[in-house]
Amino acid sequence: MRPLGAATLVAPPRPAPRVLHRDPAPSRMRYKLNRLWLTPLVRGLARIGLPLVLIVGMFGLWLGDAGQRAALADRFEALKTQIQSRPEFEVSLLRIEGASPAVDAAIRTMLPVTLPASSFALDLGRLRATIASLDAVATVDLRVQKGVLAVQVVERVPAVLWRHAAGVEMLDATGHRIATVISRDLRPELPLIAGEGAAEAVPEALAVLAAAAPLLARARGLVRIGARRWDLVLDRDQRILLPETGAVQAVERLLALDRAEDLLARDFTHLDLRLAARPTLRLSVDAQEEFLRVTGRATTSAVNR
Amino acid sequence: MRAMRKAAIQRGVIAILDVGTSKIACLVLRFDGPEKLRSADGVGPMAGQSDFRVIGAATTRSRGVRFGEVDTMAETERAIRTAVQMAQKMANVRVDHVIACIAGAQPRSYGLAGEVELHEGQVGEADVARALAACEMPDIGPAREVLHAHPVNFALDHRSGLGDPRGHVGQRLAVDMHLLAVEADAIQNLVFCIHRCDLELAGIASSAYVAGIAALVEDEQELGAACIDLGGGISGVSVFIKKHMIFADAVRMGGEHITSDISKGLQVPVSVAERLKTFHGGVQATGMDDREMIEIGGDSGDWEKDRRRVSRAELIGIMRPRVEEILEELRALLDAAGFDSLPSQQIVLTGGASQIPGLDGLAARILGHNVRLGRPLRVQGLPQAATGAGFASAVGLALFAAHPQDEWWDFEIPAERYPARSLKKAVRWFRDNW
Repeated sequence: MRPLGAATLVAPPRPAPRVLHRDPAPSRMRYKLNRLWLTPLVRGLARIGLPLVLIVGMFGLWLGDAGQRAALADRFEALKTQIQSRPEFEVSLLRIEGASPAVDAAIRTMLPVTLPASSFALDLGRLRATIASLDAVATVDLRVQKGVLAVQVVERVPAVLWRHAAGVEMLDATGHRIATVISRDLRPELPLIAGEGAAEAVPEALAVLAAAAPLLARARGLVRIGARRWDLVLDRDQRILLPETGAVQAVERLLALDRAEDLLARDFTHLDLRLAARPTLRLSVDAQEEFLRVTGRATTSAVNR
Repeated sequence: MRAMRKAAIQRGVIAILDVGTSKIACLVLRFDGPEKLRSADGVGPMAGQSDFRVIGAATTRSRGVRFGEVDTMAETERAIRTAVQMAQKMANVRVDHVIACIAGAQPRSYGLAGEVELHEGQVGEADVARALAACEMPDIGPAREVLHAHPVNFALDHRSGLGDPRGHVGQRLAVDMHLLAVEADAIQNLVFCIHRCDLELAGIASSAYVAGIAALVEDEQELGAACIDLGGGISGVSVFIKKHMIFADAVRMGGEHITSDISKGLQVPVSVAERLKTFHGGVQATGMDDREMIEIGGDSGDWEKDRRRVSRAELIGIMRPRVEEILEELRALLDAAGFDSLPSQQIVLTGGASQIPGLDGLAARILGHNVRLGRPLRVQGLPQAATGAGFASAVGLALFAAHPQDEWWDFEIPAERYPARSLKKAVRWFRDNW
């Protein structure tokens, strides 16, 4: 049992004298502004619309001055040049592959760029078009590799010589011009074609020549007649008239006749194969007389002629 | 106001404002659309409780309110502004509509009865409307207005106790209504304060009624119970049966009177008295309380006065007579209302002043044996700080907003109440005869 008096000390902490604080009530204006701020539209405008308008407006004002715009453009150009002229982008060498010396020289003189140059300054498409405009070039690839402008050229392969009024030219298998040849003797291995419209019919000419391979030792060339059919000209002034269509078959038939009848050894000036059913020979003057003599029907007319 | 409430719920955010004498509570409710949870987890609509969520809550010391009525308009307006702004800040959403409750304004209950003959055998909505219209308007006095009017009971011929008579067959339909009338001026003042805060009033309810909705459990509401809301300046009582309020009244005394008694008896400031009451208060003195000394202090500078101590028994001796007085007044109100004749006589004490230790024992002695302390229903999102007994009316108001009982019976005005040449009457005649 504790004495009664001891219990009087059981006392809670003294209640602190509470000073009533300032009234926390918001003023009418603050309350209204607070509510306005909580309105979604106002909030969205203030948080997104207003900064956007400010930024765009400031940028617009700044760009409104022409001098500023020019300065900006200058700075941009300077930066561009600075980047483009870095050594990493420099092209200092031109390497041409697959070109004959003449074409190589032609390309080197044609290219409008002076090396070294920045790779940004090279208009590869235009360079390629320039090179491709050379007659001797079939296809060309351009690429920039580690400071080297590599030009990969495939040249056209000469297939025939074309003699025309102005001279002799080399054509490829499609009839495209390659180069002018001074004399036919420079390329004796190439067959010769001539006549009006010969260059347009080169593939057909090549096919005829291929079919007439056994005759090539005697062949002088092909002549285009009337821009529609070929004459095969042999030595000894002999001429084989091929039809407009089926020239290759006509040649094959001729070879078959030659094998059977030894036709080409005969003395004739023209062999007309234009009618497939009826090959026609025109004999030379001597052969005619000899023929008349043999058959006993000699006339003086031939002698007089 | 009904349209306003619907518009607010449509918008999804509504504020609850409990303007009390000692504190002003503001809850911000968000309505996520009706019955959102229903299919999800098998929870039923629960009378609208699952429809909303509390997203903001704020309490502030009330100023300018006495006896549950607005006393100083400007002060009250500032207090409402504080609470609303704090709740808005917590909810981070702007609130435009508010449902308020009023504790004072001298509520008075009236029981009404109406009776009509049925034209057809079956009771239709029009018949219910006619029966409601047949109730005679009592003389509620000048400058008073009807706050609530509920049809409590329907009787068809000799069958009484119908909750919903529609579709029943009978001859005579009788209805009992409960009407609660309050002072119009007090309501006007509150409405004015709320309008001054740029808020639209979407509903108004009696504080005793909504406290009963929150604090009484469902079977108590069904079987009959009284809810006593011991507030700061006024103690409201509401009697429920069959889930309807049948009586409401108020005693113009509350916790602040206890505080002022302590303040006068011990000669301390009101704030110190409030603190003494909250921390050391009680109504049942024991031998231990004689020995428990409480320093009450003072700022006078006089050593003797600043060192004063009282025993807890003395404090209880001051508080108890006032609590007894309040309870006896309430007892008189309940007796006058005929609470004795209810089948179940459960009494639920709620409100801030019901937290006095030992109050349930004292109340049982004065009011009757079936006394319990009630706390408000738990609703979604309510902060822990707002789950105490003092928030019964705020929570009840939230439930009221989600599921207003007034509007259970929302009918057209009967045709005979319209002007004679009403187009509606012609349409009705046309419909009835063709």
